[in-house]
Amino acid sequence: MTIEATVSPPHVPKAAARPLIHPAWVRVTHWINALAMLVMIGSGWQIYDAAPLFGFTFPRQLALGNWLAGALLWHFAAMWLLMANGVVYLILGILSGRFRRKLFPVYPREVFSDLLAALRGKLAHDDLSVYNAVQKLLYLGIIVAGITIVLSGLSIWKPVQFHSLTSFFGGYNTARYVHFAAMTAIVAFLVVHVSLALLVPKSLRAMIIGR
Amino acid sequence: MARQRKVLPGVDPKLLIEDAGKLLPEPSRRLFLRGAASLGALAVLSGCDIVDGDTSENALRVISTFNDRVQALLFNPNTLAPEYPETMITRPFPFNAYYSEDEAPDVDGEQYQLEIGGLVENKKPWTLPELHKLPEVSQITRHVCVEGWSAIGSWQGVKLSDFLKLVGADLSAKYVWFQCAEGYSNTIDMPTALHPQTQLTLKFDHQILPRAYGFPIKIRIPTKLGFKNPKYVTAMWVQNNDAGGYWENQGYNWFSGL
Repeated sequence: MTIEATVSPPHVPKAAARPLIHPAWVRVTHWINALAMLVMIGSGWQIYDAAPLFGFTFPRQLALGNWLAGALLWHFAAMWLLMANGVVYLILGILSGRFRRKLFPVYPREVFSDLLAALRGKLAHDDLSVYNAVQKLLYLGIIVAGITIVLSGLSIWKPVQFHSLTSFFGGYNTARYVHFAAMTAIVAFLVVHVSLALLVPKSLRAMIIGR
Repeated sequence: MARQRKVLPGVDPKLLIEDAGKLLPEPSRRLFLRGAASLGALAVLSGCDIVDGDTSENALRVISTFNDRVQALLFNPNTLAPEYPETMITRPFPFNAYYSEDEAPDVDGEQYQLEIGGLVENKKPWTLPELHKLPEVSQITRHVCVEGWSAIGSWQGVKLSDFLKLVGADLSAKYVWFQCAEGYSNTIDMPTALHPQTQLTLKFDHQILPRAYGFPIKIRIPTKLGFKNPKYVTAMWVQNNDAGGYWENQGYNWFSGL
């Protein structure tokens, strides 16, 4: 061992000196999920436009796949990526204890006070390894929305083979609305999530290099 | 608790923001979202060299073929499509085709013969009176369109599996192919053809099948999407090669099971 290695001058902490916030599996599944979600949302909008549930359609420029058949090809390809990645994320999140440590417990009073602080711009982000109550609620919510969109999607895709699941979502027609509502929740989350990540760039850095 | 903005050592926040920006559906990234036109996110993942739309389209079609196999595995020959009470029948039941209702085939029932071919023992064509003499089955099931909408209808006719046995079809063959009056066609897998609810349909809501719904014969398959339910059927062939179909050949998923 060299002297340089043991006696180093004081310096600003390098990346390796900072504690690990997001282990590799979190970062990998996060970005795979981001890609899969964008493909699913873009193609889903095109599919929606073929038989709109409400009095509007999505702009063609934002929709993926050029036409219905193309969008369906994208949707039923990216679903495998979304599902496989989601299952890996949930299993590792539960087995590693990360969900338990990071996301629980959530107290309504804390959510309220943290939300107020956030809206006043006074919520600290000094320690990225600890989530505030609003973050906990949002991250739990997005997991629930993710599970809901996959299950409601399966119930629309296979209303005969998975008819019990379809019934659980209130039948074929209602399941389409559930699927749409889950998409809306995910897009709303995405807007807030990306805005905040850009406001606190070190959180983005942590999701890329882990520290 | 005051917010503190620290300068990040060794990391340029602007670069990070640019990286994140690439994941946003901003105008400059719309090409990415258009996907099939040029660059495909999925093909990027698979490491393919994307130079044109054909490459990503081919990759997507390979996955669609994989999805055919998955759906064939998911298909349980004993799982029945849910049936509904008469009060839930969608009225009027929608007419749906790639042409308008007045352009629909107008088949002459008197002259009509259903042609039978391929791997069957008895290739004698069937007239409508002969078909109407066969035992009738009935179902009120949900027609699910590939576009997403659905409608509940009431169909009566001959159980297709009974008819296939009657004409001495080779039930170990892989496919049944249907030809229609206007040039439409469909190929379905034998397990679906033998499903108890797959029907050679002669009536809608206990009335002779109207022209709008496929007179004189529709193949009603409640375990498949609407476009896999051919109307104005004029010929049925039992065979081992996949002859494709009108929409399947244009990129819609072949199995399209429900």
